[in-house]
Amino acid sequence: MVGHVVHKRLYILVFAALIGLTALTTGVAFIDLGKWNTLAALAIAVCKASLVVLFFMHLRWSSGLMRMVLLAAFVWFAILVALTLSDEFTRQWTPVPSSWQGQVQQQAR
Amino acid sequence: MGTAVVEPGIESRVHYLNASYGIKSWLLTTDHKRIALLYLASITFFFFVGGSAAVLMRLNLISPQGALLEPATYNKLFSMHGIIMVFLFMIPSIPAVLGNFLVPLMIGARDLAFPRLNLLSWYVFVVGGCFTLYAVIAGGVDTGWTFYTPLSTTYSNTNVISAALGVFIAGFSSILTGLNFVVTIHKMRAPGLTWFRLPLFLWAIYATSIIQILGTPVLAITLTLVALERVFHVGVFDPAVGGDPILFQHLFWFYSHPAVYIMILPSMGVVSELVTAFSKKRIFGYKFIAFSSVAIAAISFLVWGHHMFVSGQSVYAGIVFSALSFAVAIPSAIKVFNWTATLYKGSVSYQAPMLYALGFIGLFTMGGLTGLFLATLAVDAHVHGTYFVVAHFHYIMVGGAVMGYMGGLHFWWPKITGRMYPDGWARLAAAIIFIGFNLTFFPQYMLGYLGMPRRYAVYAPEFQVLNVMSSAGASILGVGYLIPLVYMVWSMRYGPVAGPNPWGAKGLEWQTPSPPPTENFEETPKVTEEAYAYGTEETQVA
Amino acid sequence: MWVFLATEVMFFGGLFTAYILYRNFYLSAFETGSRLLNVKIGAANTAVLLCSSLTMALGVRAAQLGKKKLLITFLVLTLLLGLTFIGVKLGLEWRHDYLEGFAPGVHWTFHGTDSRHLELFFCFYFFLTGIHALHMVIGAGILTVLIIMAGRGRFSPQRYNPVEVSGLYWHFVDIVWIFLYPLLYLIGGRY
Repeated sequence: MVGHVVHKRLYILVFAALIGLTALTTGVAFIDLGKWNTLAALAIAVCKASLVVLFFMHLRWSSGLMRMVLLAAFVWFAILVALTLSDEFTRQWTPVPSSWQGQVQQQAR
Repeated sequence: MGTAVVEPGIESRVHYLNASYGIKSWLLTTDHKRIALLYLASITFFFFVGGSAAVLMRLNLISPQGALLEPATYNKLFSMHGIIMVFLFMIPSIPAVLGNFLVPLMIGARDLAFPRLNLLSWYVFVVGGCFTLYAVIAGGVDTGWTFYTPLSTTYSNTNVISAALGVFIAGFSSILTGLNFVVTIHKMRAPGLTWFRLPLFLWAIYATSIIQILGTPVLAITLTLVALERVFHVGVFDPAVGGDPILFQHLFWFYSHPAVYIMILPSMGVVSELVTAFSKKRIFGYKFIAFSSVAIAAISFLVWGHHMFVSGQSVYAGIVFSALSFAVAIPSAIKVFNWTATLYKGSVSYQAPMLYALGFIGLFTMGGLTGLFLATLAVDAHVHGTYFVVAHFHYIMVGGAVMGYMGGLHFWWPKITGRMYPDGWARLAAAIIFIGFNLTFFPQYMLGYLGMPRRYAVYAPEFQVLNVMSSAGASILGVGYLIPLVYMVWSMRYGPVAGPNPWGAKGLEWQTPSPPPTENFEETPKVTEEAYAYGTEETQVA
Repeated sequence: MWVFLATEVMFFGGLFTAYILYRNFYLSAFETGSRLLNVKIGAANTAVLLCSSLTMALGVRAAQLGKKKLLITFLVLTLLLGLTFIGVKLGLEWRHDYLEGFAPGVHWTFHGTDSRHLELFFCFYFFLTGIHALHMVIGAGILTVLIIMAGRGRFSPQRYNPVEVSGLYWHFVDIVWIFLYPLLYLIGGRY
């Protein structure tokens, strides 16, 4: 059974978009946007990845089950990151009892 | 086929055991049933290796000064006991043996979705086991099965890398098996077998497979990082360089907590099967049990921080993990209530598999409740790292999972071998195991509560009485496990021949002869009734 | 294969988690390290890999249409582009970093401020690109097998699943690089 056959032109268009986005992300790195640099780079990377997944990997024409599998993978990765970082970033929040203030030095990183 | 007799002898019929002979036909088989037996042999071997380590440990703990072993040796023993029992026995046990054998039979299929991948899984498992055994023979590992940094990365001078490599490779076996099961259950069910007509064992296996697929890779990368850090002396987990040893614990426990659910979920599935078959009654709350399996799988990934309450993790994260850990107990409790309700007013018989199932329900409940003690942040601060934790997880894993495994093995033994084991001996063994188990591990709750630390080769003299009780129990438990080894092997040759359905149970696997033919079913069965439809029609007992 | 790719997401995910953590704590050291990498080579290599994804997709399409010669052409092109990527990464970039003394544990010569955190950055650089390169090598092996099988006429419009499935794997490895490129090369801000 032949799956969905994609038109050559669509592949070339997607490829062109990918190259364009690569150039964009490289170019943006040379501009100072402060903390938006990282966000921009990641957003562009997500776009590129989506193009590859949807068109090169045919997810656009695949069953819902495949999409669930991929979604599950990313959700689980998100769980790993979120809960790990929730610990790592809140270590310094532990309140020090007032009688110990000044005597306890919070661990510096 | 053989001549027409009232009860066809298994010698005259062709089935998966006698379809072909010779070592090549076993080592190159793609028949899921033969692969299940290959796994059975391997994990039984590893069970007794890991068990020997435990025997030595308990012998050492008879005296407070630890008369038998050097502390360094003791460290290696508990590490090897943990690594072998967790990764080479418990994780594969029910999925690889009972799962491999039963999944296609229970859905009415000829084999799994990827039979050759299944064989590859077994070989990968054996290779991983060999690396781990090498680590044992070459002098052992002393980091504990948890490989905590910086001991494992910087300070230990034992065979960390080969042990880690063994576990890494065995993990791939786990992933591939899980993958196989998920695809098989999605794609190869017989006509009429909707999701909610599946036996609950398959729901449990499905949920287990999800965990195996999503969790094991993180263990793989974590162990890779440990190995890389050991080889290149870089500092991913080294505080002196800016690394964080707690990061290792996060990555490690992200897999290893769901891993313990890999160990218990299939057992719960088995218990669902046993409880219905031996009460001759529909399961109470089918959908609750099915969804609770999936819920356990999902929530299990959210609770790993409860292993790290006192490691230096932030208190706030600890609070979150504590709350989530309470949540994960709920679906398990739902199952226990539903099993109990199934027993109520059932026509209960007490053959060996049922004894194991009942033992499971009681001991798992005890283990589960003590899990809640440990999930409570404040209590855990006192009992973390003590024998309380050891008792808790042994109640779940041995009192729970292993008893479920033994029950399942006995229940499906006639299907697997075509022979019946001697039930009198089996009941005796079950009783010995139950008594030995409780004598071994109940004192450990008390020891832990009183403050005896775990992973110590010596202890304060006031703990000796309880330790001696525990060691005595261990010897009884050991005998209890050896007895089935003897009579099961005996029954393969001398046991009475069993028919297709000696228990009168529901399920597609009982609709085919014992042992099944290689292709499982003469023709694909059609399913027209719900699972566990006891009391709706005459079930043939043969 | 999608299920297997889910496991790969989690595998790389562990590494990415560690990377995100340390990047957050040692931003200046990571930025310094990032700036020490050669963006031009990184960008060019990215283009090479994206190209190989295109040729792989076109190869799958050729298999679907039963065009054997075209399939082999595209598979060979994909393989060559993949090997180019590996060659540039290992032969050019890694070699350069090694010679400059930025190889942690093997040849590290930088002793300025924050040198240990910089070493951490390069750890992740080598681990991430190394494991990625390993996956590419495996991919190259798979492609070789596919080329041989295609040469023997094993694929047809009714039987091309191995090509499709290998294509999924190859694209996934490309996606990992799509994320690695900005996270390793571009976080320094080169302004």
